[in-house]
Amino acid sequence: MNSKRTIASARRVLLQLKHDPRSLALIIVAPCVLMTILKFVYWSQPQIFQHVAGSLLGVFPMLVMFLITSVATLRERTSGTLERVLISPVSKFEFISGYALAFGVASAVQAIIVSTYAIGPLGLKVIGSQAGLIFVAILDALLGLALGLFVSSFAKTEFQAIQFLPIVLLPQLLLSGLLAPRESMPRILGDISNFLPLSYAVDATKKTLNGQGSITNDYLLISLFLVFLLGAGSLTLRRTSK
Amino acid sequence: MSSAISITGLSIIREGTTILHEFDLEVEAGKILGLLGPSGSGKTTIMRSVVGLQRLTGGAIKVLGRPAGEKSLRTRISYSTQDASIYRDLTCSENIDYFAALQGDVGSSTDEILELVDLSRNRKQLAATLSGGERARLALATALVGAPEILILDEPTVGLDPLLRRDLWSLFHRFTHEGKTLLVSSHMMEEADHCDELVLLREGAILAKGTPRGLRTLAGLENMDAVFISLVEKP
Repeated sequence: MNSKRTIASARRVLLQLKHDPRSLALIIVAPCVLMTILKFVYWSQPQIFQHVAGSLLGVFPMLVMFLITSVATLRERTSGTLERVLISPVSKFEFISGYALAFGVASAVQAIIVSTYAIGPLGLKVIGSQAGLIFVAILDALLGLALGLFVSSFAKTEFQAIQFLPIVLLPQLLLSGLLAPRESMPRILGDISNFLPLSYAVDATKKTLNGQGSITNDYLLISLFLVFLLGAGSLTLRRTSK
Repeated sequence: MSSAISITGLSIIREGTTILHEFDLEVEAGKILGLLGPSGSGKTTIMRSVVGLQRLTGGAIKVLGRPAGEKSLRTRISYSTQDASIYRDLTCSENIDYFAALQGDVGSSTDEILELVDLSRNRKQLAATLSGGERARLALATALVGAPEILILDEPTVGLDPLLRRDLWSLFHRFTHEGKTLLVSSHMMEEADHCDELVLLREGAILAKGTPRGLRTLAGLENMDAVFISLVEKP
């Protein structure tokens, strides 16, 4: 692996984001706005805000990075830049690592701002550490990246890529424990949720927030999902075509 | 003379349609070989095969003695696609910087490369806001980074004004003096005279092969368009 090519790829992705201030603002502003709305929706039930807002901190990075990655890699495929890059000395691993590094940085910035805003003005209580929250958010973002990369190979247009959001992420969102604890779901739904990465992302976020329970298993499972999905995603980056 | 590119028995069948059938071609090192023919004649498919982007149905391609697409060739061969494969949300210099970094930052500097394709004053402009001709030049520029020994250029001069076309061809000749080999495609017959050797293609088959002068003599005509038409219509 050549770290220079990875860093060059990451720098390129971040420069693309920099030239798109509207998307950049959406990454940061949209979660803050949603958190604010949530605060007012549950104004009289602060314990529900605490539960939902906490879980959402783990959902935002995955959601946003899923969208950005699926559109960005689809654009690379359709504009010919992916082929152009893959015939250069860069390896698929370096190329994906470049994206991971760039989106890792972007999601860290997002997590720092959103969690600080939620903890400060919105009064979200964190018993665990904010640094832990940011770490989980980066892992979640990478999950979103891996899923987006994988899914983008099944889409032919950006319009189709967006359609994968309700199919891939919404069921995970419903079963992740965000709306109701996973333990209280009918057994079959609970079992299904055990196979969905977002469940562990939300678990890890909640545990970090409450400072309770061991997170090691969640980290381990998220990492396993990551390795598997990134592997599957890299298989979809083909040098040759028919 | 040695061959920089050697294609033997190349067959490409795409979705049931035969694009190339038992196609043979040798490209001599240090020369410019022009692939000429109407659109759909297989020019781009040949170029993609040489670069290693095309799955081959049959046949073999050797580039600098190695199988096409092999990892060791990636710094030695460069490719400029017909549709400008550039990052539209990056500036001209950022595009060049990135592709140069992938090649290991060897060869000419970003400023020198932009100068070659006459895009110096656009260096900070986003590629999305460039004109069609400027975008084509930027795509060509991304193929000039690093120190490639072989340049595969798909319609590099399309949409460019005569002055710039002349400058680019003199640049291409400078490359061959440095020992580089160029495989250039065009659907414009007036480009033919700039090439050392020509291959006239039609529907994936070679109509005629030779120097521009040789082809003129063969057809008994001066104008290259007329040469092509006469060879196509020859019984």
